[in-house]
Amino acid sequence: MCGIVGLYLKNDKYKDRLGELFTPMLIAMTDRGPDSAGFAVYGDEVGEGWVKLTVRHLDESCDWAEISDVLSSKLNCKVEWTNNADVAVLKINGDEKAARDCMSELYPDVLILSAGSSIEILKEVGLPEKILSKYNVSNMKGTHIIGHTRMATESAVTMEGSHPFSTGSDLCLVHNGSLSNHNRLRENLKREGIVFQTENDSEVAAGYLAWRLEQGDTLKEALENGLKDLDGFFTFTIGTKDGFAVMRDPIACKPAVLAETEDYVAMASEYQALTTLPGIENAKVWEPDAATFYIWERK
Amino acid sequence: MKTVDLTTSSVQDLNHALHQQSSSVSEKNWTITNPKGSHNIAVGLDADLDVDIQGHAGYFCAGMNKEANVTIHGNVGQGVAENMMSGVVRVKGDASQAAGATAHGGLLVIEGNAGARCGISMKGVDIVVKGSIGHMSCFMGQSGSLVVCGDAGEALGDSLYEVHIYVKGSVKSLGADCIEKDMRDEHVIELKGLLEKAGVDENPLEFKRYGSARQLYTFKVDNASAY
Amino acid sequence: MSNDKNINLKESATFDRATMAEIRRAADTGIYDIRGFGAKRKLPHFDDLLFLGASMSRYPLEGYRETCNTSVVLGDRFAKKPITIETPVTIAGMSFGALSANAKEALGRGASIVGTSTTTGDGGMTPEERGQSSKLVYQYLPSRYGMNPDDLRKADAIEVVLGQGAKPGGGGMLLGQKITDRVASMRNLPKGIDQRSACRHPDWTGPDDLAIKIQELREITDWQVPIYIKIGATRTYYDVKLAVKAGADVIVVDGMQGGTAATQDVFIEHVGIPTMAAIPQAVQALQEMGMHRKVQLIVSGGIRNGADVAKCMALGADAVAIGTAALVALGCNDPKWEKDYEAIGSAAGFYDDYQDGKDPSGISTQDPELSKRLDPVAAGHRLANYLRVLTLEAQTLARACGKNDLRNLEPEDLVALTVESAAMARVPLAGTTWIPGQKY
Repeated sequence: MCGIVGLYLKNDKYKDRLGELFTPMLIAMTDRGPDSAGFAVYGDEVGEGWVKLTVRHLDESCDWAEISDVLSSKLNCKVEWTNNADVAVLKINGDEKAARDCMSELYPDVLILSAGSSIEILKEVGLPEKILSKYNVSNMKGTHIIGHTRMATESAVTMEGSHPFSTGSDLCLVHNGSLSNHNRLRENLKREGIVFQTENDSEVAAGYLAWRLEQGDTLKEALENGLKDLDGFFTFTIGTKDGFAVMRDPIACKPAVLAETEDYVAMASEYQALTTLPGIENAKVWEPDAATFYIWERK
Repeated sequence: MKTVDLTTSSVQDLNHALHQQSSSVSEKNWTITNPKGSHNIAVGLDADLDVDIQGHAGYFCAGMNKEANVTIHGNVGQGVAENMMSGVVRVKGDASQAAGATAHGGLLVIEGNAGARCGISMKGVDIVVKGSIGHMSCFMGQSGSLVVCGDAGEALGDSLYEVHIYVKGSVKSLGADCIEKDMRDEHVIELKGLLEKAGVDENPLEFKRYGSARQLYTFKVDNASAY
Repeated sequence: MSNDKNINLKESATFDRATMAEIRRAADTGIYDIRGFGAKRKLPHFDDLLFLGASMSRYPLEGYRETCNTSVVLGDRFAKKPITIETPVTIAGMSFGALSANAKEALGRGASIVGTSTTTGDGGMTPEERGQSSKLVYQYLPSRYGMNPDDLRKADAIEVVLGQGAKPGGGGMLLGQKITDRVASMRNLPKGIDQRSACRHPDWTGPDDLAIKIQELREITDWQVPIYIKIGATRTYYDVKLAVKAGADVIVVDGMQGGTAATQDVFIEHVGIPTMAAIPQAVQALQEMGMHRKVQLIVSGGIRNGADVAKCMALGADAVAIGTAALVALGCNDPKWEKDYEAIGSAAGFYDDYQDGKDPSGISTQDPELSKRLDPVAAGHRLANYLRVLTLEAQTLARACGKNDLRNLEPEDLVALTVESAAMARVPLAGTTWIPGQKY
């Protein structure tokens, strides 16, 4: 049970202001999700042959330079790193799976929050304001950003249990609602090789989409299948490397508002999260339909 | 006229001030600026006030209204005018789901579209929507009338009791126990009156009427699939 | 089967006579069995718990002389006017419609005499019950039958009902026989039709949206009165946490023994968890959030005597609510109506067809002649007497455990007779230190 916000830029006009525009949106959803908050930001894309991991160590003094060096020599490839508080972004000129395996073998305490060529996920227990200032979000640049504030229902209030969830390359999902068939679905997906880190229902939805995409579904097909296979109440906002999608279940009890201008598409659980966006007064504002998905993709 | 700016006043202070008018009206006209999607604006009013909200409002705007005339110059969130007893609530933009839910009386006019469950469990209110309405509208509607100048979504009037539903456009599907009915003279007169009251310029003869088949009023085993 | 003739006949435990009778009934009618009352199956209950009275290591209080406080303040988290009840036994929500106006009045009278609260139900507030109830909790239900802002502002507290123990996740059903002119007009329904109540609220779903709804109710009532959230006991640990996050002043947890006016038998008997199992979950959730005693916990479902009251308090409740027991105190199932019960195919002590509206005791009916059988003044006194006994019994037990306040009872004052009750109530099996499922 939660608040969702998302901002997808249709052109480069607000690219340098992405974090600044996003900050008040997430804060506006504080009441809907006082337990934890998080976001996935897309941009700063790495080139062909490179992969980007967002990793976190609970010990802020962790030596990322050393980890990068070790990784570089083990994988025999170039590794660059930057850090932001307790999170680091590792850019690896090598294979994602090899990098993941190497990390989990050598540094089991380091948690991989996201992997891909563009995505970076940051999340934390506590109020949105805390995470926004901790990671200095207002200075962030990028193409799209999806955020979440969580009111935990059945799984624990932890950093790992916070949204967004990412179970596939450059994929992230945030959820408002409550799924009712996630436990059995999780077991099925585990047998398909999807790895889960929590008991959270929303992570199952993310894992499900990752699995469908792996099977060769387009995002549209994956969402169509999701409508059939996911039971319960949900509003999802989904990010991919180039795309942004919003979907509601057939009953559509959980709220969602969309706003679109020439320059952006914005989504929020409540309109009050959109009021600070530039040109919102003249935006097309509407409520997404039940059992319908809305996809924007950069071609 | 009194103006309350919600960037400097809280919704709580605003509502408190509006409630003070219940015993005797000293200030009839109120303008609310910068609502910015705030929830619960102008709820529980109990006096003949004119309240103008200059922008978008959040959930439950004008909830449980009595007597007051509330106009929202923008969109509203869930449950606008929920459980309204009397008065008029007019939304210039779109309304989210459950507009006019369980409302007992008064008039709700939505000049844009309304989302899902418009008029759910309505108990006597009149609702006029200039645009279209979403799915499951008028679910378990008990009494009053629902007028839709655009289209209606799926399962219109499911498990309907005695609401009079008039739709000008298409109906995606009718819910259990809701059927199309003849538009008799008395219905044209009623609809004409509702359109006039709402200030909507439409020809009543272009509407179709829907109502309860009254097959679910007492349990019959043959209807089990409809439950 | 005592008959010698049948001594060699063996009844199936799986297909016993009651089961076969139900199969025949289903085949005859094509509709599930709808009835009133609560779960009738045997469940782990408070009878399986015992108090450790004071002896050498603890000192008892002198009965009747040394004070043992029973009053409780409910709803002081956000409300300007919390409620003080003199005894921690309140009357649970039961609707006018399900019950006669006289029965509702009697509940109000009885509760008021002893200084406790009573609660409306799915059908609105009647002038009789408001007039006779010094402290009245107004239920806010999915159907919103009879809901109006004037009554809301007249209430001493508002109880947002998400579910009840007899049917967590289910709606209600009031059959046509009970929809009289007055009930119909209060609910804006045609007379004589089956009235179905929704299982979800029409204008919000989930705790995040409930938080906004609670704000609305607070705004309408100018933050004066406490807001309760009532839930049926299922995933109680999580639900209580969410109720706190949504902004409740008081949480009411109704165990599966809780009664109903009309629900499917399959629902009553197969959904929910016993009251005894729900309390420790609720208390754990409150304690983890630092909200135990700050957000008060009212527990209901199968409470019958002062021992049950004291045991609920010991497990961490701030108060209890009674429904079925209060109706029995008024006269429900009284053997004095035995012949009438037999005439409608039931018997005193077994009557559960509250949905039918033919209650010989005049309680769960809208029939004017039957309703007259219940004198609201006399029945109110009976209820007051019963509430006094519950209070005195609970006090007796608390004093025996050395407590000057009912709320000073603790889980450590209890032991369990069975492994099941030890595991559910999270107290040790008598004579041991073993609490199943916990490390020690």
